[in-house]
Amino acid sequence: MRDSSPLRRLLAATLLAAPLLAGTALAAPRTDIVVGMQLEPPTLDPTSGAAAAIDEVVYANVFEGLTRFGPDGEVLPALAESWEPAPDNLSWVFHLRPGVKWHDGTAFTAEDVVFSFDRAMAPDSTNAQKQLFKGINEVTAIDDVTVEIGLDEPKGLFLSNLAWGDAVIVSPASIDTDKTQPVGTGPFKFSKWVQGDRIELVRNPDYWGEPAKLERATFKFISDPTAAYAAMMSGDIDAFPVFPAPENLAQFQADSRFQVIVGSTEGETILAMNNKRPPFDDIRVREAIGHAIDRKAIIDGAMFGYGTPIGSHFAPHNAAYEDLTGLSGHDPEKAKALLAEAGVTGLKPTLVLPPPTYARRGGEIVASQLRAVGIEPQIVNVEWAQWLEQVFKNHDFDMTIISHTEPMDIEIYARPDYYFGYDDPVMRALIRGLDFTSKDEERNELLRAAQERVATHFVNTFLFQLAKTGVADARLRGLWPNSPTQATDLTAVYWAE
Amino acid sequence: MGRASAIVGVVLVTLVAAAALLSFVWTPYDVSALDIAAKLQPPSAGHWLGTDHFGRDVFSMLLVGARVSIAVALVAVGIGMGLGIPLGLAAAARPGTLLDETIMRGNDLVFAFPSLLIAIMITAILGPSALNAILAIGIFNIPVFARVTRGAALALWRRDFILSARLAGKGKARISVEHILPNLANLLVVQATIQFSLGILAEAGLSYVGLGAQPPTPSWGRMLAESQTMIAFAPWLALFPGLAIVLTVLGLNLLGDGLRDMLDPRLRRRVRT
Repeated sequence: MRDSSPLRRLLAATLLAAPLLAGTALAAPRTDIVVGMQLEPPTLDPTSGAAAAIDEVVYANVFEGLTRFGPDGEVLPALAESWEPAPDNLSWVFHLRPGVKWHDGTAFTAEDVVFSFDRAMAPDSTNAQKQLFKGINEVTAIDDVTVEIGLDEPKGLFLSNLAWGDAVIVSPASIDTDKTQPVGTGPFKFSKWVQGDRIELVRNPDYWGEPAKLERATFKFISDPTAAYAAMMSGDIDAFPVFPAPENLAQFQADSRFQVIVGSTEGETILAMNNKRPPFDDIRVREAIGHAIDRKAIIDGAMFGYGTPIGSHFAPHNAAYEDLTGLSGHDPEKAKALLAEAGVTGLKPTLVLPPPTYARRGGEIVASQLRAVGIEPQIVNVEWAQWLEQVFKNHDFDMTIISHTEPMDIEIYARPDYYFGYDDPVMRALIRGLDFTSKDEERNELLRAAQERVATHFVNTFLFQLAKTGVADARLRGLWPNSPTQATDLTAVYWAE
Repeated sequence: MGRASAIVGVVLVTLVAAAALLSFVWTPYDVSALDIAAKLQPPSAGHWLGTDHFGRDVFSMLLVGARVSIAVALVAVGIGMGLGIPLGLAAAARPGTLLDETIMRGNDLVFAFPSLLIAIMITAILGPSALNAILAIGIFNIPVFARVTRGAALALWRRDFILSARLAGKGKARISVEHILPNLANLLVVQATIQFSLGILAEAGLSYVGLGAQPPTPSWGRMLAESQTMIAFAPWLALFPGLAIVLTVLGLNLLGDGLRDMLDPRLRRRVRT
């Protein structure tokens, strides 16, 4: 058939003209961004929910705390300009930034800080990280811009605790609606939430600091990796800070329209074992499993090479890190010998796998490696809600694969009622010691001892440090390469010419 | 024409069945052993259909996957026939009675639910596994067979030879088994073939969304799901399981058509004249 109908010609003309129109529109740098995320936050109040997706939208964009994490995990001033501890380290005075306004126009004062802390520390508090506030006995407003926080005993990680998304300051005037219409002090204001699709933020013109370069930011939720790939390729999305399919990164790398941003996260990915349940209460069984696992095969096979092997529950980019991977090197023969010594045969443990790629794919590889030493894991794929209920809350599992993405979280090994059930007085003493030490060298010494303790007890099998694999339009600048906390800080993001 | 397509159907179905049987005794590679170093190889002499993202041999996985697909569909059709046919016969033997109404309205109830949704619900409650996939698919086969059986049996009950059997003093149950059922066999075999192909599709659908056979057991649907993000650089991963599903379903449908042409006396007569 010849290309002759008028309709067709019109269509062809339009198609030809479209790139020209787009070209003129793109001449000036854009001032908006569409950010892709795999999971939609269930609410938008970071002080009453555990979901990482909440912080990934609002942390540093909408809500701020007294202190905050910088791009590399350093603790920076935020709503508090400066602070000084009392000589006995038992109370801290915070000097708040004057003239800060909430997004609803009301003034930010020391009373808001007192309110936020009292709310987080209340007996009926729904804060997901209550341990951050443990040991705080009183928060008092000295004047409008000065707050004093009293402690029961010195806390080494105090300033860093205050930087968490769970410790941001909220306004008493808007607390009832923060879950759906958050009102913060940050460089972006909440604008609209189309549930199941996107959240829109607009620039806050009255921001106390340097205003954001972008005028508008949209977070779009795409759970399916194939759809995420298509949305990036078609330009519907400008940046996907945590791209869910590592196998596609090579294609983005080969395409000059995109940049692939690979950085570190705080995610220690572990094969966790139920230390309270036989036979995993036997250290020889746990050690055998450690030797049965080949970390490199898991990183290559599940993550397409993105990830760093770890030998303990600690991030390699931290100054106190010690490489303990040698303790549980890949040695199937030794694993078999240890299992025989422990008298364990015909083990068929459940291996519960949450949805992320690292767990589902990693789980299949782990299962195959365990089969090689005579253990027959039963894979149970679960959704997040079920994982939280069954594994995290009810401890009903033998093994699971999970990435612990909170910063400096080796202290979970000092909680006997934590889901993997490791109960060790020495470990508890080590972690407690951290609270009384603020000198870096002494702290690092304790942290090294703690790493060695959990590694030599083979509490879990430590697989790898999750890499942050982001994809973005090649012209975007200012995105965080690393993920020191769960955040998508857009304050400094802009489009290059 | 009808015969030619039936032959193609027989050949395709035989091939798939042979592949499934072969997988019990031999596969080129062990499908539960991963070889990460050999991942994502395109088809070659060593791996006829290439390897997947874990370095498993795709051909071997297809063979074992055939076994899973066939087993699930076969047992599901078995459940449907085993329960559906007696229910249909019973309803037809006493039309219009409370028994008939109860059975047929129960049928309508099951029919009224979107089958895949219920299958997802069943596997969500009982946990994903090949066994629960069988159960979910099987339940939806029951009303199909009950309805087909009742419809055809009702017509038969009015025939003279049934009347004479009744005059001879045979009970309704006995007539149903001795005279009605044999005369329905043709129809039921054709229906079973159709349900079998639907069962293969349903199994692929359930395992595609992760509710079928669980890893490490390979299944065609999950192979498709896992290969999605790799289509651009490893198209063989999606192509071959996709082809396997298409050819199996095509083969079964052609076989079903052919069987109907051969077994249905009215159609046969029409073809000849």
